[in-house]
Amino acid sequence: MAPMPDVEVFAHETLGKDLYALTFASPIDLRAGNYQPGQFLHIRVSQSFDFLLRRPLSLCYADVDQNRLTVVYRTQGAGTRRLTACKPGDVIDVLGPLGQGFPIRAQDHRTLLIGGGVGVPPLLELAKQLRASGKTVQTVVGFQTAGQLMLVEELAAYGEVTVMTDDGSAGTRGLVTTALTAELCSLADRYYACGPSPMLKAVQQTMRVRNVPGYLSLEERMGCGIGICVGCVHAVYRDGQLTNAKTCREGPVFDEREVVFA
Amino acid sequence: MNDPQMDVDISVNLLSLHLKNPVMPASGCFSFGKEVASFYDLGVLGAIVVKATTLDERLGNPTPRVAETAAGMLNSIGLQNPGVKRVMQEELPYLSRYRSLPVIVNVAGTAIDDYVDVTRQLSSSPDVSAIELNISCPNVKCGGIQFGSDPQMAASMVRAIKAVATHPVIVKLSPNVTDIVEMAVACEEAGADGLSLINTVIGMTIDLERRRPLLGSGAGGLSGPAIKPIAIRMVYDVFRHVSIPVIGIGGIMTGADVIEFLMAGATAVQVGTANFVDPLACPRIIDETREWCVQHGVRSIREIIGAAQPANGG
Ligand SMILES: Cc1cc2nc3c(=O)[nH]c(=O)nc-3n(C[C@H](O)[C@H](O)[C@H](O)COP(=O)(O)OP(=O)(O)OC[C@H]3O[C@@H](n4cnc5c(N)ncnc54)[C@H](O)[C@@H]3O)c2cc1C
Ligand SMILES: Cc1cc2nc3c(=O)[nH]c(=O)nc-3n(C[C@H](O)[C@H](O)[C@H](O)COP(=O)(O)O)c2cc1C
Ligand code: FES
Repeated sequence: MAPMPDVEVFAHETLGKDLYALTFASPIDLRAGNYQPGQFLHIRVSQSFDFLLRRPLSLCYADVDQNRLTVVYRTQGAGTRRLTACKPGDVIDVLGPLGQGFPIRAQDHRTLLIGGGVGVPPLLELAKQLRASGKTVQTVVGFQTAGQLMLVEELAAYGEVTVMTDDGSAGTRGLVTTALTAELCSLADRYYACGPSPMLKAVQQTMRVRNVPGYLSLEERMGCGIGICVGCVHAVYRDGQLTNAKTCREGPVFDEREVVFA
Repeated sequence: MNDPQMDVDISVNLLSLHLKNPVMPASGCFSFGKEVASFYDLGVLGAIVVKATTLDERLGNPTPRVAETAAGMLNSIGLQNPGVKRVMQEELPYLSRYRSLPVIVNVAGTAIDDYVDVTRQLSSSPDVSAIELNISCPNVKCGGIQFGSDPQMAASMVRAIKAVATHPVIVKLSPNVTDIVEMAVACEEAGADGLSLINTVIGMTIDLERRRPLLGSGAGGLSGPAIKPIAIRMVYDVFRHVSIPVIGIGGIMTGADVIEFLMAGATAVQVGTANFVDPLACPRIIDETREWCVQHGVRSIREIIGAAQPANGG
């Protein structure tokens, strides 16, 4: 039997406008090591039927000693706004960590992390683990505007961080792909990207030109999160055929080579 | 009246099948079982209904395919499945390890010939206990729904399937009709062995920012607690007009919901959306159903089937 998903909340901090970090007891024993950066937690924001479906939020930080997990989220609609009401001591219903995360490859030395908006949180645990396994980490993150920046200082603990904003109000004006110069990419053995689909599509194209292999973490709307509703699919090219993969179970992280964007 | 030690019997007989309890997961809400098997022993289920199976592989509809709505959800999956051959080779044999678990295969298609072909192939399978004819999927153009809204067409479909099926045939009805009783009666007269109702209710939600329907294919099927009263009414009305068993489906989240469907006239029930909310929904609902019987001094759950019908003083 899988572990029961009710866990205690330890901290719920406001990181900025509409931005929160929620820390709770891990539903699994983290010391056993069977979790990966890039996996997600599927969280019920309330027991009410009005929020029937769980919300997927990426594993942002794992505290193995205390067996606690942190997710960082931006309020989007009614569900994430409802989640802001939970306080330390409350019990929440968390399933996970679920899905396939970012693989860490022994032969790589230099890694490039690319994040956009709410795709940035999983890069923190990833950066931590990449550094712990001796690799260098370069990070490029993009946001719409200065007020939406998140986790920049935390990521800077593991390597250099380049910030891009659409309106130029922080870092450099432009999209993340503007920062993916031939020079920067020549220093990377592999890249890891997470963000909205238009960004991932542009990153995939740019990095193919730069000839750097990588992984993409896709964002699709989910029903169940465990592979039984077939709601969350994304097109992939596999074994010479175009097919639909379940992002909740076969992803959310995929090898860039098989991901097909419309 | 309520003796906590009381031994209650929650088994039911459905067609030729003996179910240890009346609860089974609904088609499309459990895939083919493997994923949920990592959460609990599927042997505790009354039966299992697997994802719709078509003749050839289908990739399904564009995304987004799911959207949350008040007390429910919309889906437009579009019958994504690997096709009957691979279902028989790769999916069904896995379920044979659960010895006393009846496996009901949901069959879908576009034309009568497709349904007949799929049924014929399934008829040779030792892993199948019954067929559920899905003439009610709202999510595919010509996805069977035209058979589900015209009693004459439904009847000719049922006759064609009964002519080749070696297993009992359950017909799954759509709520998107003017008169569900007329549909039910037409299917019974054409030889259906049982009826399951309801499939999803057609609906839509608009993405205000993009000013267009949120789901990739526009409309979708509404499921979850929001549709339960619609389903209860339909089970209640159909029960009085047919003599074949009715399986109740729609918005079941708790044991009390199961009891409600049985009182309306259902012999068994299917649980759909609840599996998405909670992977352990089915075993919890089975426990709650048994507990309700204990609390209410009901020794055999079969006593309450149709209890709310006028003829039974309801
Ligand atoms: C694998 C994965 C990891 C994610 N990680 C993070 C994270 O670490 N931090 C963060 O802030 N956000 C993350 N998101 C996005 C987050 O899930 C949505 O912002 C959130 O579900 C919105 O819920 P809501 O109730 O506020 O919005 P509503 O619009 O009210 O939600 C309605 C329904 O749509 C779904 N939905 C709405 N927007 C999205 C979206 N962008 N992606 C997926 N489903 C959506 C909801 O889950 C819900 O089922 C992630 C998404 C995925 C798929
Ligand atoms: C995501 C999803 C997929 C479904 N796929 C099928 C299907 O393949 N065949 C079918 O007959 N019904 C399908 N249904 C309908 C369900 O089996 C059930 O009739 C309906 O959802 C109502 O029950 P519920 O409210 O418990 O979910 C699907 C429903 C959902 C939500
Ligand atoms: S969310 Fe249900 S299959 Fe992926």
